[in-house]
Amino acid sequence: MGRVWSILFLTVPIFGVWTFVSAMNDWWPMSGGSFAFSSGHWFPSLDVSDHVKDHLFYVILYLTGVVFIGTGAVLFWILWRYDGATNADPVVFSHGSHALEVIWSILPAVVLLFIAIYQMDAWAGARMRRPTMADGAIKPPLCRVTGRQFEWRIQYPGEDGRLDTPDDLHVLNDLHVPVDEEIVIEIESMDVLHSFFLPNMRVKQDVVPGMRQYVWFHPVKEGVSDIVCAELCGWGHYKMRGRITVDNAAEFDRWYSAAYAEQETSQFSLPEEEE
Amino acid sequence: MSTTTIDSHTQAAADEMTVGHFLSTYVFSKDHKVIGIQFLFSTLIWFVVGGMLALGIRWQLAWPWSDMPIIGGMLFPEQGGQIAPEFYTVLVTMHATVMIFLVIIPILAGAFGNFLIPLMIGADDMAFPTLNMLSYWFMWPAFFFFGGAFFCDGHGAAAGWTSYPPLSDMTTSAPSSGAAQTLWLLGVTTVGVSSMLGSVNYMTTIIQMRAPGMTMFRLPLTIWAMFITALLQAFALPVLTAAGFMMLADRLIGTGFFLPEGLVVNNSPMAAGGGQPLLWQHLFWFYSHPAVYIMILPAMGMVSDILACFSRKPIFGYKPMVYSICGIAGLGFIVWGHHMFVSGMNPGLGMTFMVATMMIALPSAVKTFNWLGTVYGGKVQFTTPMLFALSFVSMFVIGGLSGIFMAATPVDIVIHDTYFIVAHFHYVLFAGTAMAVFGSIYFWFPKMFGRMMNETAGKIHFALTFIFLNGTFFTMHILGVGGFPRRLADPYHYPTFSHLLTMNQFMTVCAICMVAVQIIFAVNFFYSLFWGPKAGRNPWRANGLEWQAPSPPGHGNFDFQPIVYRGPYEYGSPETEEDFYPQTMPPKQDRDNLA
Repeated sequence: MGRVWSILFLTVPIFGVWTFVSAMNDWWPMSGGSFAFSSGHWFPSLDVSDHVKDHLFYVILYLTGVVFIGTGAVLFWILWRYDGATNADPVVFSHGSHALEVIWSILPAVVLLFIAIYQMDAWAGARMRRPTMADGAIKPPLCRVTGRQFEWRIQYPGEDGRLDTPDDLHVLNDLHVPVDEEIVIEIESMDVLHSFFLPNMRVKQDVVPGMRQYVWFHPVKEGVSDIVCAELCGWGHYKMRGRITVDNAAEFDRWYSAAYAEQETSQFSLPEEEE
Repeated sequence: MSTTTIDSHTQAAADEMTVGHFLSTYVFSKDHKVIGIQFLFSTLIWFVVGGMLALGIRWQLAWPWSDMPIIGGMLFPEQGGQIAPEFYTVLVTMHATVMIFLVIIPILAGAFGNFLIPLMIGADDMAFPTLNMLSYWFMWPAFFFFGGAFFCDGHGAAAGWTSYPPLSDMTTSAPSSGAAQTLWLLGVTTVGVSSMLGSVNYMTTIIQMRAPGMTMFRLPLTIWAMFITALLQAFALPVLTAAGFMMLADRLIGTGFFLPEGLVVNNSPMAAGGGQPLLWQHLFWFYSHPAVYIMILPAMGMVSDILACFSRKPIFGYKPMVYSICGIAGLGFIVWGHHMFVSGMNPGLGMTFMVATMMIALPSAVKTFNWLGTVYGGKVQFTTPMLFALSFVSMFVIGGLSGIFMAATPVDIVIHDTYFIVAHFHYVLFAGTAMAVFGSIYFWFPKMFGRMMNETAGKIHFALTFIFLNGTFFTMHILGVGGFPRRLADPYHYPTFSHLLTMNQFMTVCAICMVAVQIIFAVNFFYSLFWGPKAGRNPWRANGLEWQAPSPPGHGNFDFQPIVYRGPYEYGSPETEEDFYPQTMPPKQDRDNLA
């Protein structure tokens, strides 16, 4: 039976690697309505210029993959070789090895420290280095997105460039941004925690009531994708869905003018606040 | 302390079989073994409850908004047998709450810690038997608080097991944020009292009550792990308790520790203000990250004991194992911020926490290599406990490696709060800890109840659980990379996630099978309890002190004074003809002199 159990443990790295490789290469069989082969079991499509988060993921995936396969193979070999039912050799009576302990402490320490340091620039880029304008000033936000149970309220500053003035444009769950430009968005919450998650832009940031925060990304592909709430915010958390549309500059201006015109002619353009 | 046990010992001998005697022996017992077994049965019952809640989640994710067969009509008649979205948030909250606070922590510390510590160090009981009894009975208010929450408005707490404010902090924010949430907080507090009473006792017992010759570096790794776990609990728990009372004050008397000003909830402005929601996250994770190690270290210790026993050779690198337990515990106090990388916490702090978190993978790696070194060169006996222990090593590698992805802050932005993290902690807590617990039950069952469990049934239970758990949890990594968020009642109306439904159905089928397989375990457990073959003192030919006591040990544990001559892992020693060398057996020259 020892052989059977060894092989059972060997299936872990084999199926593990198979699962990842098939998902990465879009031949995961468990997709589509009727077990058809279809795509999309890996990352959502990448619509921003910044590939670094995906790149860092792959670096860790390959490093951990080597360890995963290595330890799985060693475990299999040890169980196969030292099965008590077949192993006639006497037990290796050993309490350890100082040299081995040193090697397998220092080696992972170096690799882990490398991984940590290798991440830092990308983290600073995503969270600490606010985009700037040509003159070096901090780029103002394109709009403010306010989370509320269970919707995203979006507010563009209008021509004066200042939020909370009469020429602001207010829309609900429908974020439009121009393509090929660094987009800065101010995010806030009215009530509980939400998380502003744009899977295709690789952006995720919790919105915290009482805190004004900024996220930024540089979309390079036109199209429509999802805004997801990624922090439990109540019973309707699942339906707190928005839509982000990346347009070319002309299309964005056209949409903006049309939306503003509609707001100014509609009686119920602003959601009513009950005091 | 020892007078207490002697008193109760003589008293027990003198007592007749009265109702009072029954109550003091089996119900309000101060005997660590009875208390351990009380913890074991209570937590196993809650394990069933937690498993059912998990199946509810899996049902909704595979067949959203469809009638649940058979039990749906009984549970949700007003919704026509469907899971309502508000109940889905109850399911995710209470599944985690039950599994963490009522199963994993109490089964490790309460059941195995209680049963094993005095036996493995050669003591007749715990240092403080009355505190020990109270630590069990403080679980009962928690059972009622958590259970009672299901019968309040909203049918259970629903703010997540992390209970992030402001959602959890205001009575108007969700259907179940009234009494149910208050009961949840009281439940966590009483569980904390129970843990604190236990940990004080464990520390004192391990330091003060070791048998002659049992030095700290002759302790089994199980005991080292329990000792460090007790320290972790004693230092981290007060913070959670304080935070819990702050939240109760926010909810009940209108303080605003966690509420910023200007909130508008359900279209009504909140009066309180001046607080900060992130404060709760810091306080909560200051306890709950060490709690992650409270939920894994004892499992690591027990697995080490099982691996050495069934490899028939000493543990590889005993001292590095001890130091890595201490290293995990020490670093465990300075990594809580890795739960908060995208919370809005100072991003500079994110870098610090990333480095600390990466470094905590190091002692885990050292432990894994030492486990492999332990099995290497042995004569492996593939018993049921050994299979579970080996699977712990195999699965912990996955859980450990997937943690590195979340530790890397930029990558965490992408996979935070997706199924990648769900995969990670289920590999650590289910595939790791729960498998180790199964292995430990098979291993110490003969000592607890004096009878053996059935090996064939045990191996079938192992193989099927192992296969189905990987079918359920490994695919979660792929979902996570796809961005599939956790805690969403219906993610499929997002075009980004709609194609992931079939994969979820596959996982749900695996999960249902995995739960069904546990019936084999339950039948084996209860059958063996009454009709299993008698075990004898040392059925596994193991070295530890507990195996020198009768099975099951009587009141006072040992029928002789144990004296310890060596560490617990001298299997295959050239000094004896047998392949094991009990800790109490005098050295060869002493035996020769006597002869």
